[in-house]
Amino acid sequence: MNTTAIDSAASVPPEFLCREEAPPRNGTLLGFWIYLMSDCFIFASLFACNAVLGSNYAGGPTAAEVFDLPGLALNTALLLVSSVTFGFAMLEMARQNKRAMLGWLAVAGLLAAAFVGLEIHEFLGMIAEGAGPGRSAFLSSFFTLVATHGLHVTLGILWLIVLMVQTTKFGLNEANVRRLQCLSMFWHFLDLVWVGVFSYVYLIGVLR
Amino acid sequence: MLEALPHRAAIWNFLFGRLTLDSMPFLKPDLEGRIVLVTFIIVAIGGLAILGAITKARKWGYLWKEWFTSVDHKKLGIMYMILATVMLLRGFADAVMMRSQQAVAFGPHMGYLPPEHYDQIFSAHGAIMIFFVAMTYIVGIMNYVMPLQIGSRDVAFPFLNNLSFWFTFWGAMLFMLSLFLGDFSMAGWLGYPPVSELQQGSGVDYYIWGLQLSGLGTLLTGINFAVTILKLRAPGMTLMKMPVFSWTTLCTSGLIIATFPVLTATLFMLALDRYVGTHFFTTGGGGNVMMYINLIWIWGHPEVYILILPLFGVFSEIVPTFSGKPLFGYSSMVYATVAIMILSYLVWLHHFFTMGSGADVNSFFSLTTMMISIPTGVKIFNWLFTMYRGRIRFTVPMLWTLGFLFTFTIGGMTGVMLSVAPADFLLHNSLFLVAHFHNVIIGGVVFGSFAAVNYWFPKAFGFKLDEFWGKASFWFWQIGFWVAFGPLYILGLMGVTRRLSHFEDPSLQIWFIIAAFGAFLIALGILSFLIQIYVSIVRRKAYAVGHDPWDGRTLEWSTSSPPPDYNFAFIPLVRERDAWTDMKAHGFRRPLDGFNPIHMPKNTATGVVIGVLAFACCFGLIWYIWWLAAASLAGVIAVAIAHTFNYHHDHHIPADEVREFEHAGNWQPETRGVNA
Repeated sequence: MNTTAIDSAASVPPEFLCREEAPPRNGTLLGFWIYLMSDCFIFASLFACNAVLGSNYAGGPTAAEVFDLPGLALNTALLLVSSVTFGFAMLEMARQNKRAMLGWLAVAGLLAAAFVGLEIHEFLGMIAEGAGPGRSAFLSSFFTLVATHGLHVTLGILWLIVLMVQTTKFGLNEANVRRLQCLSMFWHFLDLVWVGVFSYVYLIGVLR
Repeated sequence: MLEALPHRAAIWNFLFGRLTLDSMPFLKPDLEGRIVLVTFIIVAIGGLAILGAITKARKWGYLWKEWFTSVDHKKLGIMYMILATVMLLRGFADAVMMRSQQAVAFGPHMGYLPPEHYDQIFSAHGAIMIFFVAMTYIVGIMNYVMPLQIGSRDVAFPFLNNLSFWFTFWGAMLFMLSLFLGDFSMAGWLGYPPVSELQQGSGVDYYIWGLQLSGLGTLLTGINFAVTILKLRAPGMTLMKMPVFSWTTLCTSGLIIATFPVLTATLFMLALDRYVGTHFFTTGGGGNVMMYINLIWIWGHPEVYILILPLFGVFSEIVPTFSGKPLFGYSSMVYATVAIMILSYLVWLHHFFTMGSGADVNSFFSLTTMMISIPTGVKIFNWLFTMYRGRIRFTVPMLWTLGFLFTFTIGGMTGVMLSVAPADFLLHNSLFLVAHFHNVIIGGVVFGSFAAVNYWFPKAFGFKLDEFWGKASFWFWQIGFWVAFGPLYILGLMGVTRRLSHFEDPSLQIWFIIAAFGAFLIALGILSFLIQIYVSIVRRKAYAVGHDPWDGRTLEWSTSSPPPDYNFAFIPLVRERDAWTDMKAHGFRRPLDGFNPIHMPKNTATGVVIGVLAFACCFGLIWYIWWLAAASLAGVIAVAIAHTFNYHHDHHIPADEVREFEHAGNWQPETRGVNA
């Protein structure tokens, strides 16, 4: 019958396959962004503990007694400037200017190292005064939150050193650029968390 | 708390921390020691037999190359399923011990388990069943199926996928090790303080570090799956054309990302309280126990939806396939999934209405809890309407689905009863609650996992599972469940609380004997499942099927069974929901020429090495062997850094090899190309 002929002529099956291989899609930046958001929940839990336990001094020193606000101002400035210099490094990376980028990265790393050093100094001073993490719930939550941030910065510095070595050795290849972008997100993220730490834990801490 | 042992030389304290001969319970001459000794001998003989068999068959190289170092999502998925099944046997052994203890420990009879041993058993049972059975099953199923369903060649981060598996595996091994070295937590499956802070010894530390390790693996898996779904779907597959199982995988991943870090932080603070004497959850020093309870349930409640959502997805694949119809109400199914995902984050306080947060707070959480039953009800009706006027095939996966619909719905209704705060004041911590959550987790997660295993097994191995033993397993589980947990509902309503190892009132005993008989029926169900797997492997030639044995609707059924490493020789172009049904309806023919080289990730041993080092680090932390913990942590960092110096972790499968497989693979004849 001619209907069959018409049907088979008209029904050219649609294309169901990609005949060419598409270039591989890379989800690293999205994945890293999602990781940062999950890290946010770790900090959120620690902040929540600080909110609940932050004035449970248990007869020990209060926030106003142990916090050194001028030192805090210096520390905050170091970390924020470190973020700015990391931004400069990324601008140099976009211009394919490897030497300048490495220079700015080194500055960012040194500033962050100074930040960690000052923080350790502050911790040791507090512990020497008898205001260690085991003294009260307030101090437990303070040390844990701030040290978790400090540990992140320390790992960031380690990562920065590795990436500086890799960029020096292998150049600004695609993988290294991607890794630097991830580290950049990490760096700024830690800055943002620090803004929360210094305004909520320190500044509001001395007020309550 | 961290003092060394006084009666030992300093060097031994340094080398072995607090590990002594007394840490080995099987050396103790009492009843408990003998039970552990017998278990230890059985495990040791069984373990040596397996290792010996592998060595004799010279399979170590094969296992190392094809499985342990594999980054293939399909192989990792199968390894998760095997791990989960092994851990199911362990968790179920705990259940049998509890049921038999409670059936006999009345009046003057104290039963055979002393209270401190009984407490470890229920803690281990709960934690193992959730983390290493339920979680491991769903991660295995998602791993295997999701990339195939969205027409992808692998997950977004194949190496991380391997690493996640090893973290889960070694977390499970820490739990297993606690059987023979030291003890286990007595603080319940969630490790509530103050018990978890006051219990001396290694028990709670096994719990903490086992969960930290596997939790890290789960978090990485969640990130991996979310990026895979968002980035690697086949062209044309918009989110609203994605199969519902992949949708539920996406929502579960979202929940994992938003909750597992809370678990990590909470257990970290518990560890600090135990190790360095902080005061987060202590009763003195300004700590707050309810902080722990809140935080752990902010993770814990979404966790049960992490478990059930992928199985909702499984049922949403099985019901249309065996009803021969598209899923009823696809969009409402998706929106219901998303609604459950969001609501599950807003109900955690219903686990402790008795905390005393006041009528206003309790009312809020009571309402959000009741609201969750609305999208869940939408799903139940969608499945029923899909079946309505369908030509239903009562295969084993479909039987599990029907069993789920019946059992889970009743479990959901008792959940709504518990969500009424005043009623909860009576039912809190009673056996009614125990019956309720087993009702939804066994009826939902376990039945769903078995449905998924029966449904996708032919895809993974090219042969079907035995029907007879599959049905036997289903009926034993289904009837056994009600015989085991029906009495617990009744006892709970009578006011019997959970976690008791001994009872005074003899009138209760009959119910516990019935429940123990139910556990025996479930044991037969598990045995039938194992026989089903064994029989099917033996008769694999007779049970061999093609690539699409169920007349499936989604893309995983378009490729060979088992699929090649690269999943799809050509990435599919998706036009409709139920893409494979669409392809079949248009007379799709598989091309046998014109292949391209395919870009794939290489295997790597890094995941195995980091897994072993992380295990060693946790072991050092549990036994206070500080040098081991520090050295292996440094090792983890060094190996991870070394891994990043390798920029060439991929390779191409040549077009000839692809061509060879596409000709030799397991396809049903009707889809071969005209030029075959």
